[in-house]
This record gives sequence, structure tokens and C-alpha cells, in this order.
Amino acid sequence: MDLSAATPATGIWRRLEGGGLWLAVFAFLLLAAMLAGICMGRLSIAPAAVLDIIMTQWWPGGSHDWTKLQESIVVLVRAPRIVIAALSGIGMAMAGAALQGLFRNPLVSPDILGITAGAAFGGALAILLGGSGMVLIGLAFALGIAALVLVGLLSRVDGRSDTMTVVLAGIVVGAMFTAFVSLVQFVADPDSTLPAIVGWLMGSFAATTWTRVAIATPPILIGILGLLMLRFRVNILSLGEDEAQSFGISVQRERWIIFLLSTLIAGGVVSVAGIVGWVGLVIPHAARLLVGPDHRILIPAAGLLGGAYLVMIDTVARNATAAEIPLGVLTAAIGAPVFAILLRRVYVSGIRA
Amino acid sequence: MIRMSDAGLRYGPRWIFRHLDFAAEVGRCIAILGPNGRGKTTLVRNLLGFLALSEGSRSAPGIVGYVPQVSSAPVSYRVRTMVAMGRVAQRGLFAAPTRSDHQIADEMLERIGLTALAQQRFDLLSGGERQLVLLARALATGAATLVLDEPASALDLRNQDRFLTVIESLRADGQHAIVFTTHLPQHASAVADHTLLLFGAEDRIFGPTSEVMSEANLARLYGIPVRIVAIDDLPAGQTIRGVVPLFGTAGAA
Repeated sequence: MDLSAATPATGIWRRLEGGGLWLAVFAFLLLAAMLAGICMGRLSIAPAAVLDIIMTQWWPGGSHDWTKLQESIVVLVRAPRIVIAALSGIGMAMAGAALQGLFRNPLVSPDILGITAGAAFGGALAILLGGSGMVLIGLAFALGIAALVLVGLLSRVDGRSDTMTVVLAGIVVGAMFTAFVSLVQFVADPDSTLPAIVGWLMGSFAATTWTRVAIATPPILIGILGLLMLRFRVNILSLGEDEAQSFGISVQRERWIIFLLSTLIAGGVVSVAGIVGWVGLVIPHAARLLVGPDHRILIPAAGLLGGAYLVMIDTVARNATAAEIPLGVLTAAIGAPVFAILLRRVYVSGIRA
Repeated sequence: MIRMSDAGLRYGPRWIFRHLDFAAEVGRCIAILGPNGRGKTTLVRNLLGFLALSEGSRSAPGIVGYVPQVSSAPVSYRVRTMVAMGRVAQRGLFAAPTRSDHQIADEMLERIGLTALAQQRFDLLSGGERQLVLLARALATGAATLVLDEPASALDLRNQDRFLTVIESLRADGQHAIVFTTHLPQHASAVADHTLLLFGAEDRIFGPTSEVMSEANLARLYGIPVRIVAIDDLPAGQTIRGVVPLFGTAGAA
């Protein structure tokens, strides 16, 4: 779909042609998914009642046409869960879009820098040592950052690191932390801690409370806002080191700023929800097919689409079967075939073009 | 102004170049000629600081209008966006192109005759069109120093003329320092004040283009006989010196 090949337009129409229309569609999708997610569950609640309950939190009054149970389900159980699912989806998809641009490589995602594996090790270790809540989040986050620092040290030669070396260092560090995770699972008590670790690793928003939201939101939000502000910079950095440097840009420094923002997001997400794979890889591709490669539009579009996607996946995870399906299993089971179809379509159109 | 002093670059035991003094002053245009693999691109990357020198020093402004050799994996942004990128770097981390940046991008595209391509995707253009877009972007930076790595290698004759016209006008305005590499000696004759011939790591000739560009020098540079013919029956009265390589006669010479 080529939106801007049409005759030159002005004002609002030009904005819409430039991808603004897609942003509006994705934003609507995200809000609709969030509302549907709150309504659906073992005890389904009418959308009107949900909206009323939410409004009443700020503006007391209204019809009060709901039960106390319904209110606690919406406010204490489903709302925090959906907020964090949306934030995680937005963040992971934006980080994926930015990293894919930076590396000029469509197969890159936040996982590639070893951050996810580092955070997973931190979380598993916390569970093994009997920690939960803050300890788990803190340790997962700390080791996610540690993984990034390791990648930085490994790939740095004479004060600079080239893209390929960073990817390779990320894979090495990721493999190392994955081995540590296996080691933790090996020594874990098969009756208590092992199931907890495995369950957490497969990814779930089930245990989300407002406290956890409060802890995980700041890093994810900083990452999201940072990437949004830098979205045109990603365009320039994606030209490659030489060209970006000829514009007087400190390529090394700015690249690491984007890595750090991505780590804030991935670390925050893993610490509250375990490993939620595929969102950072698949969603940027889907968004790119619809809005094009320009990161000014692509990064926000991927974010909104990622948020909607993860909220929908989480709703399916809660409702499809009696027991909750692990999120990571669903994102992979849905993500991989969707990715295959997208890839196929791109190749076919590329060959026939 | 862009310069290197007593510069050298070594890969292992092998010097690519050494004891090189090179400066392009404002108002000057310099051409660099040398056979394949002689290190023209390496020298350009050193000059721009993309590659560290093994010895010697260099100085260059922070922002340079740079035209790279056509890359194999081009990005798929629109041409107008590509050109506008040249405007943004000087304005800090969070900058994005404004209306006036896009206006300047459009002006540069018009100057090079690419207005019709403004909304095309860069990666779907031909090699020659891409080179012209990159030239437009280099101009859009507003940089006083331009470094162009084989900027005309994929251009047809008409576009070569267009390219040379743009370079000549930049040279003539006296506000730009221009360095370009090329495999076409006649491009050097057409627009370069000075020409650098790279024979070997320390074997080189640098001087006014008309002196340096002799049949003997070019024959030594490329290893094939070359004739220079003067065409002086043009209506405007100027003389054009054409460089004619005598293909197929190298073995007989």
C-alpha cells in the first residue's frame, strides 16, 4: 500500500497520508482491546458498567449500577493487568522497531542484546532464593542492565563498537545467561521453586497488582518516551555509521542511548511478566508493512499496535481455557505463523515488483 | 577546509599510504585518481575520520557533505526524507525536519533535477539516481566541505554533465572546499583545480590538474596507453581536453 504516492495534498490530509490515519486506527484498536480485556473474564462485565466504574474512581457519582465484586475485579484485578500488558506491548514493539532500524537488520529484537536472558536469570535466581515482589523485580532488572554492560564491554574495541560485534556479543551474553537460568532450574526444588520459575519464565501478567505496576512503569515509560523523542534520530542512525558521522553525529554515544532505553523497557517488562517473546520482532514488521519504514511514524505505530496485540493476547490467555495459558507460549504460537505470512508476502511482492 | 598532515595508514605490515600531506582549501576542488584497490576510498574515510590514521594528523569540520559509494543495502525512506536528513543533524538529538528543512530539500532536488523523484522510495531507484540523491543530501547539509567518493560512477553522460555543472558552480562560488575520487580523468580535467594521482603508498603526484594530467602520468597510473585530445572548434570558443584510453593496445605497447 503506497499512501504518499498520490497527488500532493496539504494540511490534515497530508498528515493522514503520511501514516497519521494508521496511528488513529491503531490507537482505536488499543483502546478497544483494553476495554474488551477488562470486560471479558470468568465473570464478564458489561462495557457500560466498566466505563462507569472507571469514571467513578475520579468523579464519584454516576449510576452505581454494579456490585462491589465487579468493582474490585475491574479496579484491582483486571485494570492493573491490562495497563501493564499495554505498556509492555508498546515498549517491546517500540524497542524492536528502533533496534531493527539501528542494526539495519530485520531479525533484531530486544532479546538480541542479551537483556531478556539477563533479566530472566535475575528473576529465576530471586525465586530460587525465595524472593518475590520487589526482590524479583529488582534482581531481574539489575541483571538485565548487567547483561547490557557486558555486551558493551565485550564489543568495545578502541572506544567504539561496530554493529555486527554488538549483535554477536549479545548472542554470547544471552547464551551465557540462558545457561545460568538452566543451572538455577537444575538446582531448584522440583516441588516448590521449580514450577514457580518455569511458570514465571513462560511469561504471565497474572500476578500483576498496582504495586507492581508502580515499580515497572517508570523504566518502561522512560524508555517509551525516550524512543519517541529520538525517532527521527533512528532514521539517521539507520543510514550506517559513516553517513551518520558525516552529519556530525556521535554515532557511538547515540547508539548506546537507544540500547539503554531498550534495556529499560525490556528489563521492566521481564521483571513483571517474565519472558514475553516475539512482540518486539513481529509487531515492528507488521507496522512497517502498513506505515512504511520511516521511524517517525513507524515507532509510534509499532508501539500502539504492540500494545493492542499484547492486550488481546493476554485476554485470550485468560479466557481461552479454564487454566491460564502462559503468555510466552501464545505470543510464539501466534507470532511465528503471523511472521511467516508477513515474510512470505513481503518476499512475494518483492519478487513480483 | 579539510586536511591531513604527514598521514599514514597501515594494515599489518603493509602501508596503504604514508607521509601524505593533503589539504583542500575553501574555493578549491581537488580530484583523486588511482587504480582499483589503490586506497582511494580508504583515504577518503581517513580524511573524514571514519577510520583512524596509523600516523600523522587530520582536521575536518564536524559536518561534511559526504557522498558515499553506492551501498548494496540501501534504506527504503522516501527521497525527500533522505535529503532532509542532511539538515537535521546540526540541531541536536531530538530534532526532526521542519517545513523549512523540507523546502531546502526540495530546492536541492530541483537544483539537481530530481524533483520528479521526491516521493519515490530510495531503495527502488537506479544506482545513478541514488548517487544524485546523495549529492542533493550533501548539498542540503549546507556544509562548506564536500567529500564525494566516486560520486559519478553510475551516472549516464547527461547526468555526468549535470553533476559536473553542480560541482563547477560550487567551486565558482568560492565558499566550498570539494574533494572527489573518480575513475574518469576527464571529470578531473573538467572541474578540479588540483589533482592527486595515487601510484603507490608513497609514490604520488599532486599538482594543478592541467600539469598533472599528462598522457605519460595517466598511462603510468592505469597501465594502459592514453591519449589526450584537444577539441577547440566549439562555438563558445573554449577548449575541451578529452582523455581517450587506448583499449586493446596495452599488450602491444
